[in-house]
Amino acid sequence: MGTEKPKTDLLPGTLDMLVLKVLMRGHLHGYAIAQLIQQLSDDLLRVEEGSLYPALQRLELNGWIEGEWGLSANNRRARFYKLTPDGRKHLIEESARYRQVTGAVARIMGFV
Amino acid sequence: MRAGSRWKFFRRRIRYWLDHSERQRLLWEEMEFHIESMAEELVAQGMSEQEARAAAHRKFGNMTLKSEEARSTWIARWMSDLAQDLRHAFRGMRRDAGFTAFTILIAGLGIGASSTVFSVVNALLLRPLPFSDPGRLVWITNGDDFTTTQAEHYLDLRELNQSFSDLAGWSGYYRVGDKELTGTGEPERITSVPVTGNFFELLGVHPAIGRSFTTAECQGRYFAPPAIVLSYSFWRRRFAPDANVVGRKLTLNNQPATVVGVLPASFDFGSVFAPGTPVDIFIPWPLNDKTKPQGNTMKVIGRLKPGTTVQAAQAELSMLGKELQSRHPERNNITPLLTPLAQHVSGRVIPSLFVLACAVGAVMLIVCANLSNLQLARLGTRQKEMTMRAALGAGHSRLLRQMLTESVALSCCGAVLGLGLAVGGTRELAHLHAFNLPLLESVRIDGSALLFTLLAAVASGVLFGLLPALRVSAFSLREGLQEGGRGSSGGRRHAWLRDGLVVTEFAFACILLIGAGLLIRSFLRVLDVNLGFQPERAAALRIDPSFRISSAAQQNSFIDEVLHRTRSVPGIVAAGITDVLPLRDDRSFGVAAVGRVYERGHQPEAFIRVVSDGYFEAAGVPLRLGREFAERDRASTALVAMVNETLARTLWPGLNPVGQAISINVGRRVMAVVGVVADVRHTALEAAGGSELYMPMRQLGDYAAMQLIVRATLPPDNLATGIRTALRPIDPNLPVREFVTFQDLVDRAVSPRRFLVLLLGGFAAFALILASLGIYAVISFSVSQRTQEIGIRMALGASATDLQRRIVLRTLGLAGLGLALGMAGSRVLSSALSSLLFGVTTGDPVTFIEAGTLLLAVAAIAGYIPAWKASRIDPMVALRSN
Repeated sequence: MGTEKPKTDLLPGTLDMLVLKVLMRGHLHGYAIAQLIQQLSDDLLRVEEGSLYPALQRLELNGWIEGEWGLSANNRRARFYKLTPDGRKHLIEESARYRQVTGAVARIMGFV
Repeated sequence: MRAGSRWKFFRRRIRYWLDHSERQRLLWEEMEFHIESMAEELVAQGMSEQEARAAAHRKFGNMTLKSEEARSTWIARWMSDLAQDLRHAFRGMRRDAGFTAFTILIAGLGIGASSTVFSVVNALLLRPLPFSDPGRLVWITNGDDFTTTQAEHYLDLRELNQSFSDLAGWSGYYRVGDKELTGTGEPERITSVPVTGNFFELLGVHPAIGRSFTTAECQGRYFAPPAIVLSYSFWRRRFAPDANVVGRKLTLNNQPATVVGVLPASFDFGSVFAPGTPVDIFIPWPLNDKTKPQGNTMKVIGRLKPGTTVQAAQAELSMLGKELQSRHPERNNITPLLTPLAQHVSGRVIPSLFVLACAVGAVMLIVCANLSNLQLARLGTRQKEMTMRAALGAGHSRLLRQMLTESVALSCCGAVLGLGLAVGGTRELAHLHAFNLPLLESVRIDGSALLFTLLAAVASGVLFGLLPALRVSAFSLREGLQEGGRGSSGGRRHAWLRDGLVVTEFAFACILLIGAGLLIRSFLRVLDVNLGFQPERAAALRIDPSFRISSAAQQNSFIDEVLHRTRSVPGIVAAGITDVLPLRDDRSFGVAAVGRVYERGHQPEAFIRVVSDGYFEAAGVPLRLGREFAERDRASTALVAMVNETLARTLWPGLNPVGQAISINVGRRVMAVVGVVADVRHTALEAAGGSELYMPMRQLGDYAAMQLIVRATLPPDNLATGIRTALRPIDPNLPVREFVTFQDLVDRAVSPRRFLVLLLGGFAAFALILASLGIYAVISFSVSQRTQEIGIRMALGASATDLQRRIVLRTLGLAGLGLALGMAGSRVLSSALSSLLFGVTTGDPVTFIEAGTLLLAVAAIAGYIPAWKASRIDPMVALRSN
């Protein structure tokens, strides 16, 4: 398979957290999740499709999100994901952890 | 909480895994939706629909790979790959049934042989002996491996030592069939072993029914055991399924004895302590009884105290032995020698097993080389498939794994076949009662053998798949596509590899053939040995009278009657009686030439045979000097004796032994030597017999058995009934079992050697077949690849014979190279065989030449067939091919 590319340039676990956060807004399908992350980051963060779907599978397997089939805006079958109570809890924990880590990084870098 | 969520996670994973194909489909659909959404957006930005779709697909990338990546979150990647590879492998096997069948057959034979040999090694060497805590059991011999210990010494050692929790013993002089069982059904001669009362307890063997001997039962008389314990096999043969046999009174040698116990099936005395001798019953050995046999009669084992080493115990017993010897100068010598029991039991088979293990290893390597070669040949045709896979995104490691999965799957199929063979093979081996090998009955396929088979299957699969797999993953894409699937130059590129494999096969086959050849020649030499007697058409029948002989006159009239009646049976040319059979029983006494004084410890010993007149003729022992025993040598006449040549040389070097006087020990029973006979091999065919002293049965009452020996004009098997009918008037109760031909005795004595020769010969034959198939495959393949070239050569005028010669020479070149390597290897390795050889040297030129000739002949035939086919190629057809 050649050399394995890093999944994303973000800190590990960040994509999971971003997906969970975006899902706070309601039921979304995969494409919408990717779009939303891109928009909300002012096009700075692009979600690789290659890592999005494994991430979704992983989150679902962990019981943090639940997918169900529904109809998209243009009446096509799509899979919509929603946050579970476990996922909500996990998001809170993850945000706290992330805030700590970035805070620490920022202090070292002299950003604050 | 934590455990609960983990459990939920686990359950979800299982669920995903179970309906993975459905999930896979849904994931695919989800990704398609994603791509379409992307395309729609591009269209909205003004792209044409077709372009947008293509761009979206490009951006999304390889959907199969992506879905595999996504899926890998719930199935480990390697698992799904493995499943896929296995599916491919089995599809491939179905498509190429001939190749598959051949591979499975060869791998199966190889693995079957390996597992069988492993089971033998496991039973004889690896598995602990079937006693409790066998590591603490020690065999205690006296001086050398064979000498037994005096009972008085045993009693003192047992009392004085500090190293052992206990010592136990059994009689080293029990004889096959020395007890006559009457009163229940047909009278039968059975084998009994006298054991000390603590024997079973010391081993940790508990009777399956009933109990062992009590102290009181060990106080009786030696010849009249009050209690007996049955071996499991005897109980099953004679009394099963009657568990109430315990408490019953049986009649042994006209004396009543009570059955007190039956030993468990797991305890097989013979297989550990006396390989090849089935033992029927055990009797207590009253050690304080003055009527018990005198002299060195006891074999001793001990159980070390926990934490005591064999070395420490050896040091202590050596000291005790010296002390006892100085305290009791009237007793025999005692020099205790300790060996761990397991080592004593199977130590002597280690060289044979080592050779077998190496041989089977070599066979497996040949199998792998052969299969590897086949796989390589197939690569030519599979090159297109592989290139296609690589083009579709399969990486090197992925292709490598796929090839290895295929070969391991094949070898595992072979292992199933091999396991069947091994189960059959071990069952056969375990029932070879005629084979004089310890623990052979316990050879079977058990858990560790199963594990071994699995490991062997995987290892051989990897081994024979690795070379082809490496070749495949080294394919370059461009090259593969350019070759356009003709596969010819790819084939030529690994021609050297395939040649190398064939050379390896021949080298190993050569080593095996030489090893087997050396052993076969040794075996023939052993069979050719001058035994000192003639086994052909001689047989023995045990005839101890069922009544008690009370006087010398009664004994002699019994002997007269027996011999007279036997000699009148048609077909019998000679008959005599002896107390011991060659290659089976033995006892030795100290002897002395009257008038000579021997230093203590330097007195000559001789094996004692008590024989009647006619024995030498019946057994075929040639007389060298003087005369044989005659009917007139009776209790009332002067005591006479005969000696063999070795004893004559030992006692009277350079003198005429006839007319000399000989005594047992110093001064006991002085006899006049009347004749000298040839040496008889009594312990083994390979070992010279040692000194022998013959005494006439009519002058003696001290012997343990009466074996009637007959020599016949016909094969003796059919004579038993005639002799029995002839003897019935003398003793109607004569037990009828125990008719042995002398050939049986010889066969039994050579059975361990025969066992090794058979197995190794089989391996060598298999190796030879494999090597010839291998070279045949390589040559035919190279011929088929060069069809065009051959066509051109022939069109240009090359003659058929010229062509044939070229091909056969190439074959012989490969074989010769392998042969040279194999011979060099054999020179080095055959020293491992030296302890097993007899009458040939490890570098025996005849064997080397024969093996080389055989291999070259086989190679020439294997090369000639494709050469002959090639010479019949029609040049026009060949040129048009491709």
